[in-house]
Amino acid sequence: MILEAKKLGFGYPGRRVGAGLDLELAAGEVLCVLGPNGGGKTTLFRTLLGLLPAQEGELRLGGEPLGSLEQDEIARRLGYVPQDHAPEFAFTVREVALMGRAARIGLFAAPGARDVAAADAALASLGIAALAGRPYTEVSGGERQLVLIARALAQEPVALVLDEPTASLDFGNQVRVLSEIRRLADSGLAVVFSTHHPDEAFHCARHALLLARGAAYAFGTPEEVITAENLKAVYGVEVKVAAMNGTRVCVPDF
Amino acid sequence: MSRSTLASALALLALTAAALLVGEMRIPPSEIFESEVLWQIRAPRVAAALLVGAALAAAGAAYQGMFRNPLVSPDILGVSAGAAAGAVLAIFFSQHPLAIQLAAFAGGVAAVGLATLVASAARGHDPALALVLSGVVIGSLLGAVVALVTALADPANQLPPITFWLLGGLGAVAPRDLALAAPLVLAGLVPLVLLRWRMNLLALPEDEARALGVPVGALRIAVVAAATLMTAAAVAISGIVGWVGLLVPHAARLLVGPEFSRLLPLAMLLGAAFLLAVDTLCRTAAPIELPPGVLTAIVGTPAFLVLLLRTRRTWN
Repeated sequence: MILEAKKLGFGYPGRRVGAGLDLELAAGEVLCVLGPNGGGKTTLFRTLLGLLPAQEGELRLGGEPLGSLEQDEIARRLGYVPQDHAPEFAFTVREVALMGRAARIGLFAAPGARDVAAADAALASLGIAALAGRPYTEVSGGERQLVLIARALAQEPVALVLDEPTASLDFGNQVRVLSEIRRLADSGLAVVFSTHHPDEAFHCARHALLLARGAAYAFGTPEEVITAENLKAVYGVEVKVAAMNGTRVCVPDF
Repeated sequence: MSRSTLASALALLALTAAALLVGEMRIPPSEIFESEVLWQIRAPRVAAALLVGAALAAAGAAYQGMFRNPLVSPDILGVSAGAAAGAVLAIFFSQHPLAIQLAAFAGGVAAVGLATLVASAARGHDPALALVLSGVVIGSLLGAVVALVTALADPANQLPPITFWLLGGLGAVAPRDLALAAPLVLAGLVPLVLLRWRMNLLALPEDEARALGVPVGALRIAVVAAATLMTAAAVAISGIVGWVGLLVPHAARLLVGPEFSRLLPLAMLLGAAFLLAVDTLCRTAAPIELPPGVLTAIVGTPAFLVLLLRTRRTWN
């Protein structure tokens, strides 16, 4: 197991957000985390990344308790793709990807040829090698999301955590990012991503987790988790889950 | 080394030679090597302009990256206000030049130290924002101290030196002052040079930098300490010279981009050149000596407004 949580309690000092969470993720698997705003997705992710200490239960990364790992050791195992944000300074795309090497470079050192090669390889694997010299501030939102994924790949991790990777993208880029997620999992990475679109779990996830008020309302295969009853219970709206061309889609039932 | 950096280094060399040669007293070429005016009077002043300009620009470049805001200057955390309060208090009580410099340096360091302490106690806020807010508030309190001392000062003996200190100037810099300030500036520069690449990651949102394995809190304290040391040492010998630390890093970023290991050397070269040019104008352009703070502001204000109008993002 790459990522393992048992009876995990998480939250901020003095404020519990979630409790009793169990989940398991092996290499090559994708976990899709769903749930309403305020349901605890972001807090769970910050806990998985070691930015917040687990409050109770167990959380393991590569078999070792996450709490026993230094932040830079976590960064060598777990790549983080934040939500797309407009950057303040015009770093080039290559410079942004190189930042993924931080945990593999000495505190006082600068990236060497190997690091540049790793960053360029990450950009090339996502098909954006041609953007390397362009200012990060001037590429499109979809391209920025791919650059952030490249930065996480430059960390050479065994798992990726993506925070709503399709949230601010147009439809074409959403599909592109989802297909990259499938491809990365096929290459052996364990992938966790959050989204507001239940359909995305059907498209590319092995597991789905429906979080409501910090607790796992449901955890299992997307087919088990994403049902009309569960979506009604968590989001409070009527939805039909229909089969189509070998996959499933959620359709609002007005 | 980028072409801009190389060109700036050459331009700075030429400017330094020119600054040594121009002045009220003409120095014939045959006497350049034994001229007392050149080596005893102009050289320390030229060296001070280079040192102070480079220090302010380096500190400004570090802060702008760290606070993710290109409109931040090195005195955002109150170092100048603290130095001013220390200097005017020292003038009020003693007027000894060394006492004034030491009080200015100590005042600057103490103001930022206090802001850092308050910010680290203010948990539950964005740490960078808490730091800026406490720095600004402490700075404004110290501004009131300066105003109070100015009001109480003896108009004949104390007010003129207070006014001159607050206007800033390099006219009174002696070799001894340089010997005090230069090691402090260098001591502040060392961490910035060592962390030259890691500085880039401070420009990311805090969670992102931490998830990439960067010890953000410790790094931020190291940068604040380094920048404060440099700025306080510079301000202690020059008084308050505005704009250099705000505008020069921005100009450097336009030329070589935000990558800190390229930005730092160019910002320092441009800062040294800018202040040297301004100071040389100050002592040669008019029959009386102009305070450099006036010329930097005359050049700086329009440039800053252009910057403000052309920048899309500010605090978020």
